[in-house]
Amino acid sequence: MTEAIRIAGLRKSFGALEVLRGIDLVVDDHEVVCLIGASGSGKSTLLRCIDLLEPVDAGRIWIEGDEVTAAGVDENAVRRRIGIVFQAFNLFPHMTVMRNVTLAQEKALGRSSPAARTKATELLGRFGLADKADDYPDRLSGGQQQRVAIARALAMDPDVMLLDEVTSALDPVLVAEVLDAIRELASAGMTMVIATHEMGFARDVAHRVAFLDEGRILEEGRPEQMFSEPREEPTRRFLDRIIAAGRM
Amino acid sequence: MSGGREIALPNGTPEPAPGMPAGDRRSRLLGGGRRSTWVAVASTVIFFTVAGFLIANSSGWPEVRRSFFDGEEFAYAFPEILEKFGRNVFIFTVAEILVLFMALFIAVLRSLTGPVFAPLRIMAAAYTDLFRGVPTVLVIALLGYGMPALQLRGLPDSDLFWAIIALTLVYSAYVAEVYRAGIESIHPSQVAAARSLGLTRGQSLRHVVIPQAVRRVIPPLLNDFIGLQKDSALIAFLGYTEALLRAQIIQAQDFNFTPYVALAVIYIAITIPQARFVDWLIARERTKRQGGGGL
Repeated sequence: MTEAIRIAGLRKSFGALEVLRGIDLVVDDHEVVCLIGASGSGKSTLLRCIDLLEPVDAGRIWIEGDEVTAAGVDENAVRRRIGIVFQAFNLFPHMTVMRNVTLAQEKALGRSSPAARTKATELLGRFGLADKADDYPDRLSGGQQQRVAIARALAMDPDVMLLDEVTSALDPVLVAEVLDAIRELASAGMTMVIATHEMGFARDVAHRVAFLDEGRILEEGRPEQMFSEPREEPTRRFLDRIIAAGRM
Repeated sequence: MSGGREIALPNGTPEPAPGMPAGDRRSRLLGGGRRSTWVAVASTVIFFTVAGFLIANSSGWPEVRRSFFDGEEFAYAFPEILEKFGRNVFIFTVAEILVLFMALFIAVLRSLTGPVFAPLRIMAAAYTDLFRGVPTVLVIALLGYGMPALQLRGLPDSDLFWAIIALTLVYSAYVAEVYRAGIESIHPSQVAAARSLGLTRGQSLRHVVIPQAVRRVIPPLLNDFIGLQKDSALIAFLGYTEALLRAQIIQAQDFNFTPYVALAVIYIAITIPQARFVDWLIARERTKRQGGGGL
């Protein structure tokens, strides 16, 4: 199986507001897909639907060939296979960094406490957080917190990682350290879907870029093509605005 | 500028000048600032001296003193009542421990989401409405007199047992609401993070939501416990000889109300430190929040 994620005809509304209007997307194993588009275009909702954090209204989703939107699917088991990292980190503030990373390993995967700690220590070291293991999240900078959140998701050995604007809440000086962590993941072959406003980053990390507009994927392609010669007018306008704002 | 504003303020406590740190919260009771502290001390001393003088020289004062503040009576009654107060301590300690668990259970039932849990939610809501709506002394009478009167086998007939159950039922309703407020104050993103890691609904509640909620509600919870401690006196109503009934017996023997005052002193001695402790917890929480750590 080389397809990590397949999405077909995905629709999602919040009340009268139709956020996703038929999304079709395939992500291959080890592929990195960046979702770009204006705020409100549906990027976050799409990621939350893939992780079953939002019930979908219509359409189907497969992870590694298994349909996860079928009736009777164990949602908890699905979420264990998918790692998600949020814009606002969402670390557990009452637990140490170590406990943040070991909790779900023990409770959801049933790993022994020493095994979970070993895994956590390895991941925290990999992201330069070895000396932060016993600190509480509020003692850490935003960049450090976000790297802990990445480690927490990776500790579950997910098949895919979903990153939801993970640098949007960070001070500009802290963005690079988080992007470096993601680049490292990409080069290690992690399958990722990344919603981002960092176009420069999208250009060098993505294998494919998808532009969301009003709840649809309007256009997708290789980053060099998307950023230099977009086919659709809305994509062009969006990229022009990004360039005007000095973010590319 | 700020001098003019101080005079213009009607309530006597000058507002700190803009940009000045609010700082020094040690004597909030007396108002802030060094000069205003002196003013507050002086006015307090004068007020209470005059009030004391007026009371001591009023015509009824010797009577009042004899029946409420009789030194000899106090010396006799205090140790007697204190000894029985041990029973109150036992009652409210056991009730508090039971309340901690029962209230949490009810709060969790009430915050369950999903249509399947509607009956449980309704039951929990009805419970809190019922026991917050009925006077505590009535619940104590109902259970304390009513249950033993049933003479059912296997059902305890001890006053003490039913009194503790009554206090637990009533205060669990109050504390359940406190817990529920705490649970609802935890941001949904915390639950999303927990569920996204594959934790079940129950595990998210147990490991992520409740530990944070409980920490937040400790001050209001302790306030409810102070109320419970005071209400342990209602058990005198069943004829169970705890501190209040003991005080009443001495009062009836000696035709003097000093024993009641002695009991009041005991209550104040245990509740005021707790109230101050709650204040301290709240103040500490506030400075923590202001000191950053914004999650």
